[in-house]
Amino acid sequence: MSIRITQGQFSFLPELTDEQIKRQLKYAIDNDWAVNVEYTDDPHPRNTYWEMWGLPMFDLRDPAGILLEINECRKAFPEHYVRISAFDSTRGVESLKMSFIVNRPGEEPGFRLQRTEVAGRQMRYSLHAYAADKPSGERY
Amino acid sequence: MGEALEVKGAERYKSGVMKYSKMGYWQPDYEPKETDLICCFRITPQTGVDPIEAAAAVAGESSTATWTVVWTDRLTACELYRAKAYRVDPVPNTGEGTDRDAEYFSYIAYDLDLFEADSIANMTASIIGNVFGFKPLKALRLEDMRIPVAYMKTFQGPATGVVVERERLDKFGRPLLGATVKPKLGLSGRNYGRVVYEALKGGLDFTKDDENINSQPFMHWRDRFLYSMEAVNRASAMTGEIKGTYLNITAATMEEMYKRAEFARELGSVIVMIDLVIGYTAIQSMAKWARDNDMILHLHRAGHSTYTRQKTHGVAFRVIAKWMRMAGVDHIHAGTVVGKLEGDPHAIRGIYDTCLSTHQEMRLENGIFFDQPWASLNKMMPVASGGIHAGQMHQLLTYLGDDVVLQFGGGTIGHPQGIEAGAIANRVALECMVLARNEGRDIWNEGPRILQDAAKNCTPLQGALDVWKDVSFNYESTDTPDFVPQVTASA
Repeated sequence: MSIRITQGQFSFLPELTDEQIKRQLKYAIDNDWAVNVEYTDDPHPRNTYWEMWGLPMFDLRDPAGILLEINECRKAFPEHYVRISAFDSTRGVESLKMSFIVNRPGEEPGFRLQRTEVAGRQMRYSLHAYAADKPSGERY
Repeated sequence: MGEALEVKGAERYKSGVMKYSKMGYWQPDYEPKETDLICCFRITPQTGVDPIEAAAAVAGESSTATWTVVWTDRLTACELYRAKAYRVDPVPNTGEGTDRDAEYFSYIAYDLDLFEADSIANMTASIIGNVFGFKPLKALRLEDMRIPVAYMKTFQGPATGVVVERERLDKFGRPLLGATVKPKLGLSGRNYGRVVYEALKGGLDFTKDDENINSQPFMHWRDRFLYSMEAVNRASAMTGEIKGTYLNITAATMEEMYKRAEFARELGSVIVMIDLVIGYTAIQSMAKWARDNDMILHLHRAGHSTYTRQKTHGVAFRVIAKWMRMAGVDHIHAGTVVGKLEGDPHAIRGIYDTCLSTHQEMRLENGIFFDQPWASLNKMMPVASGGIHAGQMHQLLTYLGDDVVLQFGGGTIGHPQGIEAGAIANRVALECMVLARNEGRDIWNEGPRILQDAAKNCTPLQGALDVWKDVSFNYESTDTPDFVPQVTASA
């Protein structure tokens, strides 16, 4: 059974078209946020550090230019997750203001929930991506 | 308004009763210091009581005074320790020619040395201690309070804060979604966990215990925690997202609360919850525990309406919100504007700004009487809960913005196709509205159309829109700001 990982802002909507992505990029640029493209084949929700497709684009102010980078990344990693984030350097934020997935593998096998019974009725839980059984690069 | 009335020298300390304004608690020329704590009270004096004497009495009774002159004042630097009423303004549309008693905004300054560092209990024991029952006043309300940076900095502030909470949860750029498990009382642990699982799997980020679910005969607390965490972890596995459920650890003693908090941590919960009724000191203790244990701390404001709702008496909720941010909670219920509970849009804006500002500007129309520097205390996430549903998403996003938890309890669990469908409807409604807003569309006016379009691909959303289309709560708010537009606040 395949699942759909619903991380990010827009995973419950139909996949965004390139035109829709450009409008979101424009929103980020208009707010002075730096857009970043990242990819991974380890979808664990606590996998914070996806691989960076270059540095965050602090100075690129053109949605079409950023979309080119996204498409290059998609071409290089067609079966990886690719996400776009927007970073706000304002004091008191200094963190992400947007994050959404723009590419995902054709099949998403999902996660095994590993239960370890401990004292009393307590349980220790851990989440394990089926795809992560294979080495990085051969997962999807 | 008003002249200086203070009596000085030996006359001041003659035994007997003297007016508060003469004892030095009325200082119309006083310029508040940067380090003073300043309060704005709404005073309704008893008939025949002069408003300046009433304001001076409030200053006196909330600082050093008693009903009669005492010589022992002279053993202290009493001029420093006396709070000073320095300004009294009539409240617009009250008094003669209206149907309300005359009310006055009175400004009172307190020296920093009157207060113990990092103690909400000590601060409030002065400011709202005896004075609210004082006979010469018909009613008294604390409208707003300016905490000096020097004092603010002694408080921990939110254990986690909005920024780190989002990073921990890996959720950015949209409001978070939650639901309170219903019915709030009576479910067994096993059935309770079912509601948690369906709602989280469907697309909510959080579910929540209600304020009065603790450890009752139908479900003891350990059962609730165990089944809820099974549900949270199952939902995480089904979605690849981090999920949470606010485990209410409110109990009769601190010892018991720590015990429940530690059990929640052992089970891997990201968040625990307390009720306002546990008291300020218990709240500060739990906030310190939460910071030490990487835990988000949710506060339900159970009980607050007993003293926040009436505009002439009590403490405005924006002040409670300020105290709670200082005390160190991460979430606070702060009103919805459009839902079933009290909430004027301006008053709600004032509360949200109190939760989220780094430097808060005076906004009289929102009930904010002072600039408030927040001294790098973390931001506190406001929670909107009570009678809201997916069909209002454009209004909620416009009024409340991104940094809020939108809690649809009935609006998730009451969905005709089930709990999971209810959760999907809310998440789709939210995502399509955020997408449209970011695209620059006028969601206030186009909102209903945007929702209808999204519902074409989403049967659960259509179901939600159909069943709740006519539900709204259009009642006049009780607590609306009254203000004098032309005044400027004292620093």
